[in-house]
Amino acid sequence: MKNINITIDGKEYQVPENYTILEACKQAGIEIPVLCYHPDLRPEGSCRLCVVEIEGMRTFQPSCAYPVNEGMKVKTNTKEVRDARKMALELILSRHPQDCLVCERNNSCELQKLAAEFNMTDIYFSNELPAFKTEDESGVIVREHQKCINCGRCVRACQEVQSVNALEFFNRGYEKLVLPTGNKKLHETTCTYCGQCITVCPTGALHERDETDMVWNWIEDPNIHVVVQTAPAIRVSIGEEMGMEPGYLSTEKLVGSLRKLGFDKVFDTDFAADLTIIEEGHELLHRLKNNGTLPMITSCSPGWIKFMETFYSDLIPNVSSCKSPQQMFGALAKTYYVEKAQIDASKVKVVSIMPCTAKKYECNRPEMKDSGYQDVDVVLTTRELAKMIKIAGINFAEIKGEKYDAPLGISTGAAAIFGASGGVMEAALRTVYEVVTNTELENIDLKMVRGMEGVKEATVAVGNLDVKVAITNGLSNARKILDKIRAGEADYHFIEIMCCPGGCIGGGGQPRPTSPDKRKARMDAIYCEDCNMELRKSHKNPAIDTLYKEFLKEPLGEKSHHLLHTKYTKRDSNV
Amino acid sequence: MKFYRSHIILGMDTPSLLAGAKGVRDTLEKQLKEKNIVNEIRIVETGSLGYNGVSMIIYPEGIIYTGIKPEDIKELVEEHLIKGRPVKRLMAIESSQKDICAGKQEKLLDGQVRIVLKNAGSIDPENIIEYIAKDGYMALGKVLNENTPKEVIDIVKNSELKGRGGAAFPTGKKWEFTYNTESSQKYVICNADEGEPGTFKDRLIMEGDPHAVIEAMAICAYAIGANKGYIYVRGEYKLSIDRIKKAIKDAEEHNFLGENIFDSDFSFNIEVCLGGGAYVCGEETALIESIEGKRGEPRLKPPYPPVCGLFGKPTIVNNVETLANIPQIILNGSDWFKKLGVKGSAGTKVFTILGDINEKGLIEVPMGISLKEVFENIAKGTRSGKKVKFAHIGGSSGNIVPFNNFDIKLDLNTLASSDLTHGSGVILFVSEDIHINDYLKSVAKFFKHESCGKCTPCREGTFRIYQFMEKLNKKEGKKSDISKMKDLCKVMKNASFCGLGQAAVNPFLDAMTHFEKEMMEGVKEGKK
Repeated sequence: MKNINITIDGKEYQVPENYTILEACKQAGIEIPVLCYHPDLRPEGSCRLCVVEIEGMRTFQPSCAYPVNEGMKVKTNTKEVRDARKMALELILSRHPQDCLVCERNNSCELQKLAAEFNMTDIYFSNELPAFKTEDESGVIVREHQKCINCGRCVRACQEVQSVNALEFFNRGYEKLVLPTGNKKLHETTCTYCGQCITVCPTGALHERDETDMVWNWIEDPNIHVVVQTAPAIRVSIGEEMGMEPGYLSTEKLVGSLRKLGFDKVFDTDFAADLTIIEEGHELLHRLKNNGTLPMITSCSPGWIKFMETFYSDLIPNVSSCKSPQQMFGALAKTYYVEKAQIDASKVKVVSIMPCTAKKYECNRPEMKDSGYQDVDVVLTTRELAKMIKIAGINFAEIKGEKYDAPLGISTGAAAIFGASGGVMEAALRTVYEVVTNTELENIDLKMVRGMEGVKEATVAVGNLDVKVAITNGLSNARKILDKIRAGEADYHFIEIMCCPGGCIGGGGQPRPTSPDKRKARMDAIYCEDCNMELRKSHKNPAIDTLYKEFLKEPLGEKSHHLLHTKYTKRDSNV
Repeated sequence: MKFYRSHIILGMDTPSLLAGAKGVRDTLEKQLKEKNIVNEIRIVETGSLGYNGVSMIIYPEGIIYTGIKPEDIKELVEEHLIKGRPVKRLMAIESSQKDICAGKQEKLLDGQVRIVLKNAGSIDPENIIEYIAKDGYMALGKVLNENTPKEVIDIVKNSELKGRGGAAFPTGKKWEFTYNTESSQKYVICNADEGEPGTFKDRLIMEGDPHAVIEAMAICAYAIGANKGYIYVRGEYKLSIDRIKKAIKDAEEHNFLGENIFDSDFSFNIEVCLGGGAYVCGEETALIESIEGKRGEPRLKPPYPPVCGLFGKPTIVNNVETLANIPQIILNGSDWFKKLGVKGSAGTKVFTILGDINEKGLIEVPMGISLKEVFENIAKGTRSGKKVKFAHIGGSSGNIVPFNNFDIKLDLNTLASSDLTHGSGVILFVSEDIHINDYLKSVAKFFKHESCGKCTPCREGTFRIYQFMEKLNKKEGKKSDISKMKDLCKVMKNASFCGLGQAAVNPFLDAMTHFEKEMMEGVKEGKK
């Protein structure tokens, strides 16, 4: 990339020619305030907090969107620029509630932070709030209209990252506001509950429904046996939410905290992830042998599943019938585990700690009751768990690490990498290769399926067959591959689709604010966890072996079909 | 061809219809039948003639009647059409009689010149033959046969024509950007989303001379290498839409549009798009978004439309009035056009003049005429007889010029040097009995309603300005409100996303400069 010369506040710099002014300023060590800008989204330039003066231009320009060019002279700190930014912020604050102390985002709110940075000690304008009430009918995502500042990040995330279009702008001028598309309730739209809108929201206008109270009550109740499972991506993100740097790996601190919170058993979704590999791997082999529908597509990600049911229901036969690891876990906890531990299943509550808001929706799907009870009772996000840890007075940085309980806490490195895009594919290939060829896979790190790219493709020799695979993350990337399948232009055998950017590490329940750098740090930590594990292939998990011997008998067997597999429902996309 | 001894040009635009034009026409038809002169007199329905109430022009005399009621028709037919005696009491005042009668591109007594409005009101806009008879489509034929696209661009560049939509960007330069951008698909868009309150110049051009717009678009398309055009018309302009659609159809039948125009390799088609009534869609990128079916909000620039516009392709967006100049420039040459104005400000400008004046309507004047000349010679002073207080020029977002400054010349350079613009060409004269706070409140209400809501300064600022004006109007304001409003206006001017928010503050800033004392009358006693 060619460099160009630019003058910022009287000093000359050389920056790549494809930079925006914002990026150039960052390189020059100048922090420009932003609000509608988000590194994951196309810049919009609408909040006007990042405006700068460019010599020769009549009006100020948004640095987040304006490209640099040779010889450009930029001023970021004139009185007029500061006045403009401060006025824009004051105008926004005057339309925003001022009860920060009792807000979900208190201390993590980007608007609040800006108000402090701007030394906003007085707001001249009267405080005018929209009359709309808080909406939480979806049971997953709560929308507090009054806290919305019209930055449009949620709308762009839903459109650009996920291509779901469940949110849109309504009205004009000062009455402009974000509503679910068609002015419906969120649950009446195409919303997948992925929560990407939440992860980009700068204020408390969007968040998941807080269900921690319910969990506290169960923990308090001596008659209830509370079992908790933690998703693969939690161990690389809970530390971040507790104030450590992004990508802080804290598996054992996580277990220690959960035990301290009072959960009766601390289990791991990773156990069920290993099980998923066995079931899904055999399903793939079965399809390959018996001319089944190909390509087969993974089914771990509930946001992707609802998206598929809504926009690509014609591809239902391609999607693996395996439940997600969370739901496999729930079904086994209330059958296999209670049998083994001799507990009354009606007295057991299964709590999931998930990086995901769609998991809240998934556990409430009516078909997820194969144990005879609701398989998973409640899902808490990474953020909700952090709230519990904080309120319980647990010093996360200092807490002593502990190990998961057996047997549903025993897992391998193959399960750990489920949390990153490409992880399910890599875990499956590690197992399928060895099952098919009966020889040990020499290089276990299948790096060609790893990484942040939205669409990845690879061919892996498994015995006589060159297995063609594709991996996508972010639903708008999924569309690219799905449209190819529809058009008959894809000759893949196996496809991994994850709903969120980078996979579960970028899930809608993860620490905010998110960014590509933070997700990269979480992803690196996931592969580090894999490396640290003694066992790194799902079929080598001894607890899974025992499970089949004692309970399931064989992969794809009758019991598996009953407890571990599911069906999908076509949904209307024209809502 | 059938011979008629008289032609009655009857304005049948929406306001005329509201004023009872249909009743007038029916009565007229009945009278003609009764007197058995149907075969001698032809009624031509046209767009706005630029006068109040139902108006008509009777040719060959070229006499203008205004404010006509059905009960006047009997007298008009008997006196004027049968006895040849004009009905004085219904005639528009003398000066306006002259400019229509002349109908030629020469200086008129009151200082008007007609290029853009050359045909409006003097030909049957629904008859392509009449347009052709007035040298219509000759400019298109000329460029296709004699000029390369580059030459056409040079002619337009040399003419120094600047955009008449408000921004006054040099038209030829704009075309050149698109000409220089390689693309297999380019577009020409005619911006006919005339949304400025009080303005109806574009409507009159489309209603009175729709082929001029079509011909100009074809010339532009040839010059820049486009084969598809859109006319984005304000949805309320029913008659304009009908006229434009008919004109497109007729032009297609005569092969002025379609494939291989004038047997050349050049092909061009035009589609009509209806605007939904949002003021912001007059901003060219918001207009483009609207054509693409999206929410009408302005786009980030760069890239600019001439390089990356409609559907991501190079696109020229030109205002109706800008385009209507093009055929005349081609036929008469750049130098002729330049001579019509003053240095740096070529040609004429169409203004809609209204308010407390004697002669309201559309005028076309050479660049460089002063506001005073318009007020005194064309508008003929205030109707109420009161002193004029100020003129609001350029539309709602234009500037407020107090009477003391009426010497200002209305050319682009002079205006620009005082930080003013033509805007959309409305000049509203307000007399001294209107309180400035009353006036500003109505302007503020308009912008509060029309801000698209995309950027913070405009979305919230227009709302707050209205709040301030409401308080001042009730005499409940605070002194500090005015200084806060001044700060707010400066920020909106500097930092709004598009021209809407940047310009919306102009009347307020001007008022705070020229009428601050009067504004202060809205401050409640003792309130700081």
